[in-house]
Formats: sequence, structure tokens, C-alpha cells
Amino acid sequence: MTDIAWIDAALTSARPQAVAALLRYFRDLDQAEEAFQEACLRALKNWPVNGPPRDPTAWLILVGRNAALDDVRRRSKSQALPDDYAISDLEDAEADLAERLDSSHYRDDVLRLLFICCHPDLPATQQIALALRIVSGLSVKEIARAFLVSESAMEQRITRAKQRVVGAGVPYETPGAVERAERVGVVAAMVYLLFNEGYSASGGEAHVRAPLCEEAIRLAKLLLRLFPSEPEIMGLTALCLLQHARAEARLGADGNVILLDEQDRGLWNREMIAEGLALVDKALRHRRPGPYQVQAAIAALHARAARPEDTDWSEIDLLYATLEHLQPSPVVTLNRAVAVSKVRGPEAALAMIEPLAPKLSGYFHFFGVRGALLMKLGRAEEARIAFDRAISLANTAAEAAHIRMHLDRLMKDSQPV
Amino acid sequence: MLYAILCYHDEAAVGAWSKEEDAAVMSKLQVVQQRLAKEGRLGPVARLMPTTAATTLRKDREQPLIIDGPFAETKEQLLGFYVVDSASLEEALEIAKELGGANPGGAYEIRPVLVLNPGTIAT
Repeated sequence: MTDIAWIDAALTSARPQAVAALLRYFRDLDQAEEAFQEACLRALKNWPVNGPPRDPTAWLILVGRNAALDDVRRRSKSQALPDDYAISDLEDAEADLAERLDSSHYRDDVLRLLFICCHPDLPATQQIALALRIVSGLSVKEIARAFLVSESAMEQRITRAKQRVVGAGVPYETPGAVERAERVGVVAAMVYLLFNEGYSASGGEAHVRAPLCEEAIRLAKLLLRLFPSEPEIMGLTALCLLQHARAEARLGADGNVILLDEQDRGLWNREMIAEGLALVDKALRHRRPGPYQVQAAIAALHARAARPEDTDWSEIDLLYATLEHLQPSPVVTLNRAVAVSKVRGPEAALAMIEPLAPKLSGYFHFFGVRGALLMKLGRAEEARIAFDRAISLANTAAEAAHIRMHLDRLMKDSQPV
Repeated sequence: MLYAILCYHDEAAVGAWSKEEDAAVMSKLQVVQQRLAKEGRLGPVARLMPTTAATTLRKDREQPLIIDGPFAETKEQLLGFYVVDSASLEEALEIAKELGGANPGGAYEIRPVLVLNPGTIAT
């Protein structure tokens, strides 16, 4: 089976490793990308005729390297290398290369490729765009579509970002253990940003941005294959899977956001949930908790509940308390307050979020949660003010519409019957 | 004679299939499976989760060693498999350790099952 769909899938899956190896070889990002591109073109011509190679990734690296060298030689008018069509059997060369690819430096190659996209001088959205272009191989057009900007604007953004990372110097030396762990952490953060870029979309945007979530899951799994015993990477992968599993249920027909409690749980993707739960289980065995694992464990408790009322809120409250400890942030406390309201009532939750007001005065969700708690306590007028504030801070039409629904309910309830 | 047909493929490439491509392959496989099932010739069929969800138990030493990830050696060969029902990975590992105590040497790869069709073979 060497049809185009198969070749396409093989080229996509080989890309991070192949580009990473070519980058180590040429020490030039553009040249590495061009060499990979050339190898892909040759694969499209060669594989349907000769059948797929035993190790597509090794084939692409070798052919890409030869093609680029060939190009250099041709330009210097010296003798060209034999064309890869003339080499009928790549077996020996492949075996040799595959041997070297198995060694641990392939892991550092791919990590390096991901890491250079995370240059601290680059704003988060540019890090993500660069990773999508270089590592995932999405076209500029596809990335522009997902970011809702014009193709030329995205082209410019990526070119600038590339110049910046290359100008900053790519770290080619093999990292030490501490540095490697730091790189993994930085890359994991970028992958989660990428996921959220897709996940936080709503309305008409949600459909075009879902591929960002899928790419993030693919990158998280790539990272997990490189670092199979890193519980935080298991947690990250699980978190993305468990959240993305709810994608179908999260948006109503008119693009409005449907909250967890009101979602049709039959629309949740059971296979993704099963995989996410298995990874949470695997991570917890290490007893080295971290923010991704705790968030994944929270998502797992929601996923396990067949109905909203089956949710283990007190366990979720405890997990948020752990998260507050690991990664203190007013947003985490705000999320915890939702669990607290279920376990200890709206009064306790309200007391918990009041001190957050100065820090979250520009945050849509703060006023949304505050309004909902006040509403439960029957403080309708204060609730209305909070909801009004939430609407004025909403980022998307769908967010605003959701709050308006609460307001409508409030108005209806407060009218004399 | 019963035969086991073990499925090998490039995991990254299969993982790169779109939802539609995956569904198309599965429905083509369903056609074959359903025919075999009707003839009473289909035993259990399992689709496993990706190797990223795997854990390996090396039982060739006094204290079995638990390693994250799939079985990746080439000096041992696949000789059999179990499907067990357990509430957690911890519990599955306990079962594997117990089995390993009865038959030391080699390794078990513990991999969650995504889909299981018990089949129709009467033995």
C-alpha cells in the first residue's frame, strides 16, 4: 500500500525527526527545511514506483542530505553525487543511519528543534506559529487560517520569528541533564499554549482552530515518546486528550459555549478519554506531582462522572488546593472556588474569591463566577452588576451570549409572577 | 487450528491519519471481521492504545523492574498474551508480577486496550 494518503501520513510523521537530524547536519534551519522538502518530492515520485522504504525517516534524512550536498556541489561545478534514483538499494546506508538514529542524540535533535521555537524573546503566539511551521510542517496558509490573520501577515511573522531565533544562535551542543529538563519544561509550556490557542476558541472560530488542539496532542505524544518516564509529559498529554475529548459537546449549534454541567456527555469522545485516563494512571504511579498532572487529574474526575451530579467535587477541591500550592495564581483560586461552592456552598466560595478582585478586575471569568455565586445567594442586584461587567470584558461573542443568558434568567426570576 | 494475527504498523503514521481516514480503514476492516464472525471463525480482536500508554515489566530479575514505555528489545520474541480486567494500572501490574512469579524471565508489556471485540469462536 503506497498510495498518496499513506505517503502523506508517513511524511508528516517523519518530519520532526528528519528535519531535526538535517538541522544537526547543516546547522541551518532554512537549508534543513529545503533538504526535507526536496526529499519529500523525491519520495512522492519514488515510493509509488519502488515501494515504501523499510525506514521512511532514515530514507528522507539520507536523500535530503544527499540532495542538498548535490546542490552545493553542482553550484561549485564539481562532480555531482549519483542521483538517488541511481542508487537502487539504500538498504546498507539506511541500516547504518537507522543505527545512529536509535541512539539518544536523536532525542536531543528533536528536542532542540522544538526548543528553538520557544525562544524567550518571541511572544507566545510566534513561538506557536514557528513550531507549527517548522516541526509540524503546516503550511503558512493553514497557520494563518487557524490564527485568523491574512496569509501575508503570517508569512511575515514567521519569517521574522525565524530570523530572530537563528540570530540568537541555535544551541547545538548536547545538553546536560539539568538543561535538558529545562528544555523539556519550556517545550511542554509551548505545547500547552498551542493547545489552549485552539481550545479557547469559540463560535465560528472553534471549527477552524480545532486542528491546533490536534497538533498539540501530536506534539505532546512526540515529546512523551522522547521522554517516556516524565510524569509531567504524561500529565500534559492526558490533559490535552481529556479536554479535547469534550470538544464536540462544548459548542451549541449557534456557536455558544456550553458549560460542563450542561454538556451532552454522550458526545464526549470515549476513546480519547480512555487514553487520557490511562496516562493519568501511569503518571500518578511516579508520585512526583506537577501542575499538568494535577490539572489532568481534575479533568479525569470530570470525565469519569457519567452525570454532572456524580462529579467528585471534594476531590476536585483537594486537587485545586494542590495546584494552588504548586502553581499559585488567582485564576487557580478562582477555579477552586467553583469546586468549593459545590462542596461548602456559595457563601464560602464567595469569601474565597473576594480577595482576588484587585488582581482579576479585568478578567471575564472572575465576574462570571462572582455573578453566578451572588445569584445563588439571592443577591440579584449585585449579580446583575457582576454579569454586566463580565459582558463588557468578554473576549468573544459566545462568552458574552453565555452571560446574557444568565442575566435573562435573573431578570425573569426577579419579576413578580 | 487457531491462529493469532498480530498487527504491526508505523504508529506515528497511523497516528497521523485524520479522523475520517481512521474511520474509513476501520469500516473496511469491519466488513472482513463481520464475515468471519458470521462464519464463527473470529476470535477476540483488540485495538491497543498507543505505545505512549504502555508500561513494561522486566521479570528477568529478583525484583521485577517497571519501565515506562513499550517493550523495545529484539532478543526476546512474542510468545503469548493475556487480556485482563483491572481497575488501575497498579492492579494490572500486580497481576503481571504474579504471573511473572510463576514464570520468571523475559518481560511483559502492559498496554491498555482501546477496543475489544470478544469474537464468536466456540472452543
